[in-house]
Amino acid sequence: MDIKKSLTKGDLINMFIRTNFQQASFNFERIHALGFCFNMIPAIKRLYSLPEDQTSALKRHLSFFNVTPACVGPVLGVTAAMEEAKANGAQIEESAINSIKIGMMGPFCGVGDPIFWGTLRPITAALGASIALTGSVLGPILFFTLFNLARLAALWLGLFYGYKKGLDLVLNELKGNKLQKITEGASILGFFVMGALVSKWTVINVPVVISQIASPDGSIITTTLQNIFDQLMPGLLGLGLTLLVCKLLKMRISPIMLIFMLFAVGIIGSALGILA
Amino acid sequence: MVLSTFQIILLFLVAAVAGMGSVLDSFQTHRPLVACTLVGLVLGDITTGIILGGTLELIALGWMNIGAAQSPDSALASIISAMLVIIGNQPIATGIAIALPVAAAGQVLTVIARTITVMFQHAADKYAESGNFRAIDFCHIGALVIQALRVSIPVLLIALFVSPAGVQNLLALIPAFITTGLKVASGFIVVVGYAMVINMMGAKYLLPFFFLGFVIAGFTTFNLVAFGVLGLFCSIVYVQLNPKFQMNQTAVADISSASNSIDDELDN
Repeated sequence: MDIKKSLTKGDLINMFIRTNFQQASFNFERIHALGFCFNMIPAIKRLYSLPEDQTSALKRHLSFFNVTPACVGPVLGVTAAMEEAKANGAQIEESAINSIKIGMMGPFCGVGDPIFWGTLRPITAALGASIALTGSVLGPILFFTLFNLARLAALWLGLFYGYKKGLDLVLNELKGNKLQKITEGASILGFFVMGALVSKWTVINVPVVISQIASPDGSIITTTLQNIFDQLMPGLLGLGLTLLVCKLLKMRISPIMLIFMLFAVGIIGSALGILA
Repeated sequence: MVLSTFQIILLFLVAAVAGMGSVLDSFQTHRPLVACTLVGLVLGDITTGIILGGTLELIALGWMNIGAAQSPDSALASIISAMLVIIGNQPIATGIAIALPVAAAGQVLTVIARTITVMFQHAADKYAESGNFRAIDFCHIGALVIQALRVSIPVLLIALFVSPAGVQNLLALIPAFITTGLKVASGFIVVVGYAMVINMMGAKYLLPFFFLGFVIAGFTTFNLVAFGVLGLFCSIVYVQLNPKFQMNQTAVADISSASNSIDDELDN
């Protein structure tokens, strides 16, 4: 009987370091295919000693792959656990490993995109930027540290937990609603803060004068269109514009196009005196 | 100011780090907040770099790569605008006007780079046949070098030929009504980023929380930390009370022991 092959802690640490470079060879043909293979190399080296086994394992992991980079940990961990079982003689078909990989891609994009790009980055970046606007170096440092700590923790814990739990994770834990709860919770936080940002950090000023009334003490009170909007609800125009842009984006107008359109609006509006 | 050779080399390196960050999307060195600060540090005016970085970061808040879709390029935009603003002694508003066209140009470059890297993918396929681990590692990291050069070569060219007078003359050609207009527009261009985030989140039934945040912000002077904490409370309470999650939890509680169900609640 052979000695049971298993990954060492060093292999896992090596794979963890490699996950930071997941997207290095991002390409439009197979996205992260080479990246995933790159991450798996320490495991393949440890688990397979025959050249033909190594070759087939390498080729197995050069197929299409794509996930939010910070969420590759659990997928990599589970895949490594399956390879380990296979290397120890378990009857695992090549197609089973591939379909588990593909099967985890969807859920982890679904969790990763709202959490990392929709919530964590906008919130830490907005916090950092608000400090940076005062000229303090604390702003960039805070953003860089907070985001990377969360990202590295997700990668390491995901990889470690995925590897330890192996298939259990896919078959049992993911069937529960833990991931859905986390995604939903993060989305709420993201939406809430985004609403606050729309109100606080969108600057639209319409200085069109509506009326000028002389008050009893002799001074003149000028009411502009902007004053009226502010009385209704502060930030109302920003909200309207945001919802309009949401609609336009859904009509497949590219973000950079919209940015240039808004530039045109700003130039024309300020030249006509409607915007200031 | 005139750039020393040492500064040009450092700018090349900072640009390379930002270019790598742009494709990796891991360390966030391509974000304006980090990249502009680094340029400011190299050019000896870190404060301007930080303020420009903060300003551009707010505009780029929602720029993200989802799947294979590319966002405007914040790496090239941040570095070139920070260089021109600091070298040419220009106001922050000019930096915004420079950054946006450059972000569009950078987006084209990044699409080209990501098409070129298909070759590295194919080379790796070949090395897999012979089980050559080192060569596969080399392909992967080699592709990263392409992405670094994508930003650092344009930056190097500008660093070599730029002069303060040149920058000022060039920017003086822009009529005043355009710069005022751009300044006005930069106040509301941020909504494109917000809209990208909102659309990406998808879950329409959670939009009430967006309006709640909007209304509270309109009538209070709470800062972002307060909004973060309030938002966190909202999400905890929502998940705890949602019948969708409640049903499953009672089912779990039936089979597992009492202490486990308390753990579950704490986990939420």
